[in-house]
Amino acid sequence: MSPMQAPSPRPVSDVTMRSHPFPMQTVEEKKPAGELAKLSATNLVFHYGSFQALHGISMQVYENRVTAFIGPSGCGKSTFLRTLNRMYETIRNARVEGEIVLDGEDIFKLEVSELRRRVGMVFQRPNPFPKSIFDNIAYGPRINGSVSRSAMKDHVEQSLRRAALWDEVKDKLHHSAYGLSGGQQQRLCIARALAVNPEVLLLDEPCSSLDPIATAKIEDLIFQLKDSCTIVIVTHNMQQAARVADYTGFFLMGKLIEFDNTTVIFKNPAKKETEDYITGRFG
Amino acid sequence: MAASSTTNFSARPSGRASTFWQRLRSGDDIAYVVTLTCALTILAITALLVFELYKNSAVPRHQFGWSFLVTTTWDPVAGQFGALPFIYGTVVTSALALLMAIPLGVGAAIFLAELAPMRISNALTFLIELLAAVPSVIFGLLGIFVLVPALVSIEPAIRSVLGWTPLFSGPFYGVSIFSAGVVLTVMIIPFIISISREVILAVPAEQRDGALALGATKWETTWNVVIPFAKKGIMGSIFLALARSLGETMAVTMVIGNEPKIHQSLFAPGYSIAAVIANEFAEATGDLYLGALIELGLVLFGLTIIINGLARVLVLTTTKKGAI
Repeated sequence: MSPMQAPSPRPVSDVTMRSHPFPMQTVEEKKPAGELAKLSATNLVFHYGSFQALHGISMQVYENRVTAFIGPSGCGKSTFLRTLNRMYETIRNARVEGEIVLDGEDIFKLEVSELRRRVGMVFQRPNPFPKSIFDNIAYGPRINGSVSRSAMKDHVEQSLRRAALWDEVKDKLHHSAYGLSGGQQQRLCIARALAVNPEVLLLDEPCSSLDPIATAKIEDLIFQLKDSCTIVIVTHNMQQAARVADYTGFFLMGKLIEFDNTTVIFKNPAKKETEDYITGRFG
Repeated sequence: MAASSTTNFSARPSGRASTFWQRLRSGDDIAYVVTLTCALTILAITALLVFELYKNSAVPRHQFGWSFLVTTTWDPVAGQFGALPFIYGTVVTSALALLMAIPLGVGAAIFLAELAPMRISNALTFLIELLAAVPSVIFGLLGIFVLVPALVSIEPAIRSVLGWTPLFSGPFYGVSIFSAGVVLTVMIIPFIISISREVILAVPAEQRDGALALGATKWETTWNVVIPFAKKGIMGSIFLALARSLGETMAVTMVIGNEPKIHQSLFAPGYSIAAVIANEFAEATGDLYLGALIELGLVLFGLTIIINGLARVLVLTTTKKGAI
């Protein structure tokens, strides 16, 4: 399926009827049957100093689904992702208002290290630690004390298998992680995040520094992982969102313009901005 | 596209050989020649230094041979010269200084880079770097007038904790190997702090994010990820501090006691290579005495190279697999 194919023509009346201005209807109304909300954000506002990066985002991330955020650079999609596990707190002058709930718990009331254990994150550029492959994977379980010393070997193997990296590295577990290729390093980082058994995995443009083959491997991996994990992925690449995501949110200038089933977003978007972006008229 | 433009850029006019002057005009060759000259100058200065030290120490080298390094008598009147007390003093004061300066300096660098608010960190770092620029004779005065009296007054406390070891036995008059070690500590700490801080600040934010996203606390991130990443640079700062302390002359000679003997106790006076050269050079008479002092210079040079080499080997062998 090509996501780039032109959207089916719609009657003019239909367009005018659909593209009513903000605020969009509340997320509750749109919640599809059979989906469980894993994370839900309500009226999330984000400031970098005096710059407002997010203008009242409300949405839900459904359990065991892949949710993609697309939009042009600077639209706030990565910022929103970073609020979901409070990674924005490392940025000076960052300020958040609004509510995010993880399985019914307010994430701003959780211990931050516990939240990040439950909501893991993989970054734009592979960032393995200057340690061996084994120690990279074992780091998370070690600091959390969640896996005993004797079980660590099996746990590392299992994490590497989940990230589809085991066969490539099983003979060099005690070699430097820096000896791996970029794509392998990124899968190592995914394995490292999986080793603490997160409930949600946030991927911040995980393929932006990878070649197409490595990208395809990561996408396959995302597809396999959603059985055990809820996945949120930010991507610059619309085809990627169309390939991997069940749900897609389109961000523009700090607002969530549209959030729906991926097929709807790419085939039959409700908003003109979404359609313009999808068809490549800007961005 | 980028590749082809690069090729065009470096391509020379085809069909005729470019002369030296034509190539010189392009700039690359000028830069090559100039920087090569700079690099060779350093080598030449070092070689000249070693050659001069070697040549001018011919008399004692022939008279004492290798025993110069292992005998302890230093008696200019009798014409007996042995370097061991000075080697001992130099190595022990530097080791003491490192022992105290590494934890203090690295700890301070971690605070300044990771924990302190940036404005405070910058202000403090400016002051610390100022400290590195203070002339060593000033540190010597500080040692004589402040540190030595202070050490004398806290000596009972040190003795009550460490007095059971022979290292802290015997009388303490203030000037000693221990005092020299403390003065050196104060002198080398600024190097360790300011370089280590820079290195820690240069650790990529992605490394910190990687650990924090796994649920690590700030301290776990610093200790398990940031410091290992910065380890090589921190080691570099320690090497620089070590080189400085091995060669430090003025401040050491003012507080070490200047006695060419090896005592078991760190509270006893001693002597260092640099200190004895500075103190006795002006009054050295005769080729043997002068030659012996110059040979001490050669020994200090060799000692610095050996200790730095050993430290590097130590780093290479203890750096775990997987580290960068």
